[in-house]
Amino acid sequence: MTMLARSALRTVRPLGAAARNAASRTATRSASTSSSTAEGTASSWKTNALPAGATLFAIGSVAWYYQMFGRNVDAMTPAEEGLHPTKYPWEHAKWYKTFDHASLRRGFQVYREVCASCHSLSRVPYRAAVGNFMTVDEAKALAEENEYDTEPNNEGEIEKRPGKLSDYLPSPYKNDEAARAANNGALPPDLSLMVKARHGGCDYIFSLLTGYPEEPPAGAVVQEGLNFNPYFPGTGIAMARVLYDDLVEYDDGTKATTSQMAKDVTEFLNWAAEPEMDDRKKMGWKVLAISSVLFALSVWVKRYKWAPIKSRKLVYTPPVQSKILTKLPQPPNKS
Amino acid sequence: MAGLASSIYNALFRRNTVMLGTVFASAFAMQLGFDTGSEKIWNSINQGRQWKDIKHKFMEQAEDDEE
Ligand code: HEC
Repeated sequence: MTMLARSALRTVRPLGAAARNAASRTATRSASTSSSTAEGTASSWKTNALPAGATLFAIGSVAWYYQMFGRNVDAMTPAEEGLHPTKYPWEHAKWYKTFDHASLRRGFQVYREVCASCHSLSRVPYRAAVGNFMTVDEAKALAEENEYDTEPNNEGEIEKRPGKLSDYLPSPYKNDEAARAANNGALPPDLSLMVKARHGGCDYIFSLLTGYPEEPPAGAVVQEGLNFNPYFPGTGIAMARVLYDDLVEYDDGTKATTSQMAKDVTEFLNWAAEPEMDDRKKMGWKVLAISSVLFALSVWVKRYKWAPIKSRKLVYTPPVQSKILTKLPQPPNKS
Repeated sequence: MAGLASSIYNALFRRNTVMLGTVFASAFAMQLGFDTGSEKIWNSINQGRQWKDIKHKFMEQAEDDEE
């Protein structure tokens, strides 16, 4: 056993010693090598050759494997990928915070006054606004501003009626082809689920809306009809900058700077994509509260049930050993 | 202590029907308490962010318009 241990040590130790020698070519010897004779030092490089070679081989193959398969492989150039958006500390993204509904109200205003001329929001009905950022009367009045098709009447004619709370927000274009035709061939996508549909979510949309530079940087190629935006994959986007300071007038007196509007409309779009968020978070906390109580209870029950089993003491009392022969029926004693 | 425990036992758990009633009633009461409490905490964390905190501004405005 000691033999084995010592030989194992010998393969390791001289490696360290060799390294130390190489680092400072001094004659100082550690206690472990001091016992070795001149003959021992002479043969040491042979002992080291195998472990040193193996180590070099191992490092080499790891390096080769890494350079072959370990590096990031980008299918796209950084420009095609787009600038990664800045991470902003969104208040509503915290686990214990609801949307800021005043911000939702402002964001909806920005959507209606700016984005709605190009982008649809077809998954959001008027009724969803009620109790979130509009009163019933406001939402009804807004719905009535638009006309919707009726069911076919007795003659099969489809007529127009004013909108109701159950109607969905109208789209700016009749169909995608009309939308493309009006926007240089580019389709303004529906914004209902946009926050979920893009990497970076809120950060991306905010960065995109506020990320248009005054003019494209030197050397950047911008196609005819496109606008430069570093956050958009490819950097050429068909949507021009739309938000400028004081473009809208907020009814709560908030100053409508570009970034304020971008923040509000982004939070609003987040609500459109996840209208259940407020309730989901509240419910989640309740679930955690209840299930942690139940978990604690089940731990207690487990310990309660196991206590006698874990604390019992098993004692083995070996049977009394006696000679087997004494148990045999004894032959009658003959005198 | 033993007196209390046995009187609770006699009052609530001795008869199966009474015990069932106890379970239902206490489930109801605890749910009510838990919901009220958690709602209160949630609303205080999110003070001023929810619609119920800001709607008075827009309700009053509507009334003002009617005058
Ligand atoms: C003048 C019409 C127009 C207006 C107004 C407009 N957009 Fe766009 N938007 C477009 C077009 C066109 C595209 C498609 C761009 C492309 O694919 O190159 C687009 C694309 C987008 C995209 C998707 C980008 C992506 O990653 O694919 C978002 C998000 C967006 N717009 C948000 C907004 C918001 C928010 C507003 C309101 C503040 C707004 N847009 C106002 C025309 C418009």
